[in-house]
Formats: sequence, structure tokens, C-alpha cells
Amino acid sequence: MADNVWILGISMTKFGKHPDKDIVDLASEAALAALADGGVAMADMQLLVWGAAMGGSMGQMLQKQIGQTGIPVYNVANACATGATALRTAIMAIKAGEADFGLAVGAEKLAGAGLLAGGSRSPDSPTWQPHGRQGAVTALDGRVGTETMPGVFAQVGMEYGYRNGGGTTFELFARISEKNHAHSTLNPLATYTKRMSLEEIMNDVMIAYPNTRPMCSANCDGAAAAVLVSDAKLKTLSLEQQRRAVKVSASVLTSDPWQEACQVLPDVNTLTRNAADTAYEQAGWGPEDLALVELHDCFATAELVHYDNLRLCEPGGAVDFFNSGATWRDGRLPVNVSGGLESKGHPVSATGIANVWEVCHHLRGEAGDRQIEGARVGLAHVIGLGSSCGIHILEKAAA
Amino acid sequence: MTAAVPLVDYLVLEDEPHLVAQECTACRARYFNRRNACASCGGTSFTKAPIATTGVVRTFTIVSFAAPGVDVPFVSAIVDCGGTSVKANLVNVEPDPAHVEVGMPVRLTTFSIGQDADGTEAFSFGFEPIRH
Repeated sequence: MADNVWILGISMTKFGKHPDKDIVDLASEAALAALADGGVAMADMQLLVWGAAMGGSMGQMLQKQIGQTGIPVYNVANACATGATALRTAIMAIKAGEADFGLAVGAEKLAGAGLLAGGSRSPDSPTWQPHGRQGAVTALDGRVGTETMPGVFAQVGMEYGYRNGGGTTFELFARISEKNHAHSTLNPLATYTKRMSLEEIMNDVMIAYPNTRPMCSANCDGAAAAVLVSDAKLKTLSLEQQRRAVKVSASVLTSDPWQEACQVLPDVNTLTRNAADTAYEQAGWGPEDLALVELHDCFATAELVHYDNLRLCEPGGAVDFFNSGATWRDGRLPVNVSGGLESKGHPVSATGIANVWEVCHHLRGEAGDRQIEGARVGLAHVIGLGSSCGIHILEKAAA
Repeated sequence: MTAAVPLVDYLVLEDEPHLVAQECTACRARYFNRRNACASCGGTSFTKAPIATTGVVRTFTIVSFAAPGVDVPFVSAIVDCGGTSVKANLVNVEPDPAHVEVGMPVRLTTFSIGQDADGTEAFSFGFEPIRH
């Protein structure tokens, strides 16, 4: 077993609208801040990983602004799990002994982007001609179910109720969203920091029942970056750097194994359970040891199923678990104290690093007003549809 | 008489309309698209399996916001047809949460979606509530 890998420096930009900045501006801001946070420079980095989900393969463009040092660049993409994939790629390179320092960056310009899938439908051809793997004579979105993400994840949440004896009401999902919007009021880097009442959430624009607009992740601009370092190299750095370093206790990536129905409705459950089980085994920590969790609430309906998938509650018990108040910031296991994707925002490639930044911030005791006191271990989770699941368990450095 | 074509190649219009899956002869995994191999076991031999025309709604959403050209609101659902999950719209039902619920029994129905420039008529499918 290779030595541990540590997060030496990590940063995220303010999420929101940045009309005056392009994607490289945002990535540069996050990368330079992460390097400064770690007390290192671009010249120290031995690889760069760029998260390329929506904005393209721009790693080399970033280098041309902050340092063309000739190191290998990996442009990686895994839908909404891209940031976690970038982080994990750097971690793997360090574990493999190919590098002591690596930089992972994710950035996106998505403010005002609308639907990220199913946002347009190709026009009908003049004659019914079969196309594609289903021999479709015309576009299928809206004729054979929905291709939109709010609709797909609405079905994911409603299906949980079907399998587990109900409880998945419109109001329940709206209450999950109410929690995350309340949490966001303490996060100055969130896109939206406005508390919303249950009534405001339920009476907002319906997108795909039961998801209203504030129950959907917020498209926004933003970037996040992390500097990774090997165990051996960290020991040569200053005591202050060692004290602030955060241990990567588990780094796991899975894809969706075949299940009945998985090709008609994406199965976001099995791959998350598999990733969680592997992560807890790697880390030597269980769900009962976690001080906080940042999980992929791309929609309010998704947060519910991941309580169960991440083993935060009894199997089938996610509704009761939420209703107990456990996942509010003053509860037994705070979830998405950053405000989550619903209010912090979801600049796709940045999300899987920003989640880790949030957890690190608490483990370092630097989270200010929203600090979860005494946090020692936390978990960050993302899902990219298609599908990929990335989980990182982070651990505070020993004093 | 106008020619008729199905919306998708896994919809059979003749006689009693029904859906047909590609079933792996080794592990019985079912698919509704052209296959290169079986994603479950790697097998490369498939047979056509007719799908039950009745089922229950496993999950649904009511889509109110979609691409231009998509009629909203509509009900998107996953229907369990005797153990095989099918993606489809629910039709002949009010698209509001008071009229749709998980566990609801439904049956397959087909309907015209219009004629093309050559006069060929295309037929789509959906599931409608079974009312007692």
C-alpha cells in the first residue's frame, strides 16, 4: 500500500455570475489561490489535471496564463463527477510514485445556461426515417419520457418512495431544499445566500414535479483547485504546512454496474453504495465517524436517496432520517452545510473539488460562522450521470 | 391505405401492439436498443422478447419545463411490465399529482403522431391508467 496523499492547498472562487471573467480567469484565480494556500508555486507542480466537463480541454490554456513548465496535463471529463475525477487523477499519479506534487483544477461558465440536457430537441425530418440505436423516426424527448435532468432526478427520488414504503411527498423534498437554502446564508461564496421558506420553495416555478426551481442545482460560474502532495514530501515542508494539510483517507471512483432498469432510468444508487463501501473500508472510518457530509444534491430529490446510498441512515430509512433533523447543521450528521448545489451552485467541473474544499475548511477549523465544531473526518460525494460516482473521505492532520 | 411506421423499432404495431426487447440468450438481460453485446454478462447472442402490455408505475415526474417544441406538462414514467422496466409517457391522464401515483396499474396504448410528407403515418406509444 502506497503512502498517504494529502491536500496541501485548496481554494474555490465565489460561485455566481462572473460576466467579466472567462473560464481561464476563474481557473487561474482558483489555482493561484490553492498554490498560495499550500505555500508552493506552479514551478513545484509535477502534473496538472483539468476538469473538462462542459468548458472543453483547457488545461494548456491555464498553463499559458499561470505557468508553462512543461509538466504533463491531463484533461479529464466525467460529467458532474469531473472535479472528483480530476482530484483522483492527481492522487493516483502521486500514489503511483510519478509525482510528489499535483494540481487539480475545475472551472465552468454556466450562469444562465438553462437545461444542461434535453434543452433542445432536433427538428423533425420531412419523412419518418429511423435513426440511431432505437430506430426512432423523430426526437424522443417528451414522447418517450423525459431526458431533462430535473425530470430524471425527480423520478430517482419518487422511486425511493415506491421501493421503501412511501413518505416521498412534495413537501418532504421541499423541506430538504429549505435546509440547504438556510445553510447557504452562512456561506459567502455561495451563488444564492437567501433563506427561503417552505411556502416560497413549494410555490416557486415547477420544473419537473416534485422539483421546483429552488430545488434544482443552480447553474453558475465558478472554479475550484487543489494542490496534492505525497506523504514523503509533506514531511519536508514546514510545521505550519503539515498542520494545515488534510489527509485523503479514501479516494474512490465507480461507474454504474448493470442492473435491471439501469438503461431506462439511470441507477445512481448502486454505484454510490459501492463507492461508499469501498471508501469506508479504505479510510478505516464508518458513517458514524463523519462530522459532516457534502453530497451531490443536484436536485432535492437526489439528496434523499444519497442519505441511504452513503449509509448515513438505516436501509430504507432516509425519510425518517431527514425528518429527525439529523442533516441540519445543528443535527447529528450535518449534510451540505455549504448550501449544497441547490444554493451554493453547480459549476459542473468545479463541484467535485469545491465539495472537498468545504470539508477541508471545517477540518482545518477555518470555516468561520458555519464551522462544524470539532470536525475531524468528513466525506465529499459527487455523481456524474452516465454514470460516475466520486467519493473522498478527508481527515484532519494529527495535532 | 396509408403506410404506418412505429416511433421506435421496439414498438410492434401489428395485431395486438406491444413492445419487444432484445434479450440476452445467456443471462436474460433485456434492452431496448441495438446491441453490440450484453452489458450484464458480455454475451453476444440475443433473442426478441415480447413485453407485457400491462404494468405498474414505479416512478414518475410531471415535466413542466422542457425544450422548445416539447408539449408540457406531460407525465414521464418508468413502468414495471412484469419485471421489465419501460420508459414511457403516461397518457389519457391529467398531468397533475392528484391523478398520478406510484404503484398505479397501467396498460400500453398506441396513437398517431401524424403523417410525414409522403403520407406515412407514425405511431407512438404510452401507458394509460387501468380504470376499474
